[in-house]
Formats: sequence, structure tokens, C-alpha cells
Amino acid sequence: MTDQNIPLVEMKDISISFGGIHAVEKATIDLFPGEVVAVLGHNGAGKSTLIKILSGAYRRDGGDILINGEAAEIRNPRDAKKYGIETIYQTLAVADNVDAAANLYLGRELRTKWGTLDDVAMEANTREVMGRLNPNFRRFKEPVKALSGGQRQSVAIARAILFDARILIMDEPTAALGPQETAQVGDLIKQLKREGIGIFLISHDIHDVFDLADRVFVMKNGKVVGHARTQDVTKDEVLGMIILGKVPPGAVPGPGAMKVA
Amino acid sequence: MADMTHSTTPHASETTTTTKPEGNPVARFFRATEIDTRMLGMIGALLIIWIGFHILTGGLFLTARNLWNLSVQTASVAVMATGMVLVIVTRNIDLSVGSILGFTGMIMGVLQAQYLPQLLGFDHPAIWAVALIGGIVVGGLIGTLHGFIIAFLSVPSFIVTLGGLLVWRGATWFVTSGQTVAPMNPSFRLMGGGAEGSIGETWSWVVGIIACLAIVAAIINARHQRKRFHFPRRPLWAEYVLAGLGFVTVIGAVMVANAYYWPINIARRYAEANGIAWPEGGLQIPHGIAIPVLMAIAVGIVMTFIATRLRFGRYVFAIGGNPEAAELAGIKTRWVTVKIFALMGILCAIAAAISTARLNAATNAQGELDELYTIAAAVIGGTSLSGGLGTIAGAMLGALVMQSLQSGMVLLGIDTPFQRIVVGIVLVTAVWLDTVYRSRAK
Repeated sequence: MTDQNIPLVEMKDISISFGGIHAVEKATIDLFPGEVVAVLGHNGAGKSTLIKILSGAYRRDGGDILINGEAAEIRNPRDAKKYGIETIYQTLAVADNVDAAANLYLGRELRTKWGTLDDVAMEANTREVMGRLNPNFRRFKEPVKALSGGQRQSVAIARAILFDARILIMDEPTAALGPQETAQVGDLIKQLKREGIGIFLISHDIHDVFDLADRVFVMKNGKVVGHARTQDVTKDEVLGMIILGKVPPGAVPGPGAMKVA
Repeated sequence: MADMTHSTTPHASETTTTTKPEGNPVARFFRATEIDTRMLGMIGALLIIWIGFHILTGGLFLTARNLWNLSVQTASVAVMATGMVLVIVTRNIDLSVGSILGFTGMIMGVLQAQYLPQLLGFDHPAIWAVALIGGIVVGGLIGTLHGFIIAFLSVPSFIVTLGGLLVWRGATWFVTSGQTVAPMNPSFRLMGGGAEGSIGETWSWVVGIIACLAIVAAIINARHQRKRFHFPRRPLWAEYVLAGLGFVTVIGAVMVANAYYWPINIARRYAEANGIAWPEGGLQIPHGIAIPVLMAIAVGIVMTFIATRLRFGRYVFAIGGNPEAAELAGIKTRWVTVKIFALMGILCAIAAAISTARLNAATNAQGELDELYTIAAAVIGGTSLSGGLGTIAGAMLGALVMQSLQSGMVLLGIDTPFQRIVVGIVLVTAVWLDTVYRSRAK
């Protein structure tokens, strides 16, 4: 599946700093259609920051973003959505006080021919999408606040896939979930992958994502330690990359790799 | 007053509050009719206040005359409260509304009393409209300026509008060096109510019938929409109950407005002017619904539409619920903030038109302390200061509660300082009760 030559997304030499601190320095990662790429690292390694540049939440200081091999201008979340990039944030980023349909369509509301909100149509579509994702979901009329963590997560995921995303970014997708819901998310990721969607999984916990991912990128102190196909490395080797920055033989070293003395 | 229920109806069908499986008959009734219990609590509180004052004043409160006056007195703050809901929902505050009211009122006063008669000629029929539009434009610009500073220069709204409170009050003084401008243009004055500024018996009935038809249309439309997408519908009897309640309030309000007759002097003058013979026992001309009240209802309907049916309103609530999520969803949150404050400024100007017309003068002190009544109305009406929650109808009802307290205390002959103490205590108590209600509801 990584045989195609043009990556869906290529982020080249991306740098961003906040108040003199290099949160991300010269990071390069890529993603192919139908591929799941895990971006791993400790808290503060810069993985969330890097991915927020792709989703338009932050603006990069330097580097290039290529979508399908063409330079893309991503200055804000709206730009990112135009390129088919959808993000599910760690904080879930839902508006607690409105219902599921309003959250799904937030920023992209359906409107009637009079220019008013077409709540009925939005709710009907929401029921359909949620029915596919999470058939047990019934609480359509209630504010999202009243939902469980898993239900909120399905709302966030439904929002991302409702608009035919080509690139899906999931930041700690299972952090708020119980075991059963985690399994559900895993199934969903496999399903989306079959549909040819490229998925970035961001996590600090290798166990969450190792079995789902085709490749891993490891970040440390804002730099890419290296990347590897999951079939070429073991979990322990990847842990070594995360903790020490030590690159195993099966991986390709990056700028953040530990210098071999 | 009962008029407010009109703008309540579209909202009540929007929010289904609780979905407990089974319950006692009362709970089932509320679930079937989808009546917001919180709103019902407010109506209950209002009725208690009304009946309480009626008994305390020995039957002075629930008279056609007092209720009619109450509706006119409420209009100005009710108009501003609708905008304050949007401001507070987005976790902002506007302390400057009273001063903007004063300033735009003064602009409208000066326009119609000094500039426009020279420009267009005395008694030109367009003077009132030009003055009103002028005031609205100025109000909108002031609001836009506030919104711009809040959204793009990141100064907290509390500070920006606190500054605005001083600036626009000062500017009001500056326009005429402190002089009161009077009298207002006769057409403009209609916006203030009074015998002339009411639509009379026949037209009141016309408005009442239109309102009843609108209720029926809204219910049928909602039912039709739910049917189209196979959503659960209310049982038929519940629809009839809702329609019936709507009719009773609308017709009751029209009857009350029509039961208040013109004061005898005005009626006599009118009779003389129109060559009507003065009958035995006096001429009974009903006021009907006052124009400022109609304006407030129209504003309430438009604002409810904006808040619940338009994308802008959806964004306002989403920003209030989670500003970060709204931003990440691609909403231009800063522009939404600017628009909210611009809208607030426009509403202040409309309120200023009502209050200057009613007073027949534009003064320095117009609208002083109105910011507090407006905020109190919104908060009593269920707008949460932590953002994300609130309804237009609730705020207007809140304005009516505040005005009822005030008016009742005046009838009881309570001194102004003590009135303020009571209003202050009521505000704090209402918010406390609301906090209790919300923590239970969770």
C-alpha cells in the first residue's frame, strides 16, 4: 500500500517555535493513501504541535506542506478542511452545549433555500452516520455535555468522516475511552483505511497504536528521531527510540537520532 | 407579558429537556408537550409577583391600565436584553448599553429637533425615519468599534464596555453641552406609546389573529418537518394544548390592551377635534397594543430567528460552549464577536428611540443604570454567565419580571433607594436559584 510514489501528505523540514523554544525543528513526515502512520513521542516531544500545523491550528515558521505532491497553503482550520484534512483532537473539541447534529456540522451547516439552518436535514444525516458508527447512539436531542466519553468520541469521529475526509488526524484517539470503545475505534480505523483514507495517529502510548499502524515516526525534543515500518521493528526497539532516541537497524534515522559515539 | 410567549413557541419546540422513560402524569404532560420547565418556572414566578402585588396594593396591580403601562415600560430594556443574551452567551459582557442608549437617543433628538427641520423643512414626514436610521447607524458603529477592540485587540469586554460606559455618557453630554433636547417629532413620538402611539382596538385584534394563525402555522410546520424525517412527533392532544395555551395568552393580552381606555382629557380633545358629540358617561376609546410593545415583540421574534435559525446564531452558541472547538471547526470567531456587539449597538439605538419618544425628550441621564437592568433581565431569564446557554424569550420575560418588581414597588409607595436594594437582592437570589436548578438538572 505504500507502493505509490506520490505521498498523500508530505511535511518537509517543518519548524515552529514559541517564545524562543523550538517546539518542532526541521521535522519531515509523510503519509500515503490507505496508510496508517503513528506519530509517537513523550508529552512535549512536539508531535501534537507538528500535527496541529497540518490541521491549521498553528502556522509554521518554516518548511513546506505538500498534498498529493503539490504545495499547499494551510493558514487556518478552514484551509485544512479544503484539502480534505479532518482532525479529531485530544480534547475532543466539541461544543458541549449543543447537540450532536450541531457539532457534526459546526462550521459547515446545511441551509435551506431561505438561508436558514436546515436542522431537520442535519439531524437526519447525523442519525444515519451515527447509526453506522455507533448503533447504540440514541441521544440526538441532548447537548453533548450529557454524553459519555465514548459517545463524545463517536461524535468527534463522525464529524471528521462526514465530509469525505482524505486525510484523518487522530490525536490520542483512545485516551478517553474504555476497552470496548477502544476496540470500536480500532475497527473504525481499519474500515477507513480500506476506503483509502490516510490516517495519522498521534499517541504517547505505543501499545495503543502499534498494531494499527503501518509505519511509525518517533519524535523527541521537537525533532524526528526516525521512522520505520512496524513489520521491521519491535515494540521494544520503538520504545528505545521514544525514550533514548536510539535508532534500531530496521529504522531510518532522522535529525533527532542519538549520535553514535 | 403574554406577548412574549409568541417568541417562546419556536424555541420551546427546539429544546427537549429531559427524556425520562416513564413518570407521573405531570412529568408525562411536560414530556409530551416539550414545554421547557425552566421557562414555566419563570412564568410561575411572574404570576406570583403579579398576584402578590395585586393583593398588597389592594387591587391596583392587575388592572388593564397598570398592565398596559407595564408592557410599555418593559419595552426598552426588553429590546436590549435580547442582544445581551448573545453577548453573555459568548462569555462577554456589555456594561455600556445604558450609555449607548443615552448617546444614540441624544443623536436622534438633536437630528429631529435641530438639524433635520432645517435641512428637510419643518414637519417633513421623513424626519422621524431619518432620525431613527441615523441613531441606528451610530449605535451600530459604536457596537462595531467595541467588538473590534474586544475581538482583534484582545481587550476584555468588561474593560472595553466599562470604558464605553464613561466615554458615551460623556459624549452624550458633549453633543448639547448638557442641555435637554425637546420636544420630539410627533411621528417619532408614536414609538413611545401613549394614546396616539397605540394601534387601537381593531388593529389589536388583527395583530392578535395574525399571532394565533402564526402559532397554528408553526405547530403544523414543525409536525410536518418531523414527519418528513420520521422523527417522533408530539401526541395530537399535546399540540392542541399548546395551541390552546397560545391562543389564550394572545387573546388575553389583546383584551387587556383593549380594556384600557384613553384618558378622559385626551378623549375629549379628540372628540372636539373630530367633531364627535361627547356622549353621556364619556367616550370610551381603547388604547389597544402600544407601538413600543409591538416593536419589542418584533425585535424578539427577529432575534429569536437569528439565534436559532441562522448560522450566525449557531456560531454564537458554539463559541459560548467551547471557544476553542469553534475556532478549530473553522468558525471566524472574531468576526462573530464583532457582529454580536454591532447588533447590541443597534438594539441600544432602537431602545433609545422608544425611551426618548416616551419621555418626549433626549436627556443626559437617559438610560443610566439600564446596563444593570438589561444584564439582570438576561440573567434572570436564564442566560448563563459561564456562557453557552440562554434564550431570547427568557431574557424578555426577565425584563418583564424586573419591570414588574419596579412598578409594583412604585405602586406600594416604596422609596427609590429601597427599590434598588430589593432589585439587587432579587438579582442575586435569582442567579442562586438558577445555579441550584442547573446543578440538579445535571
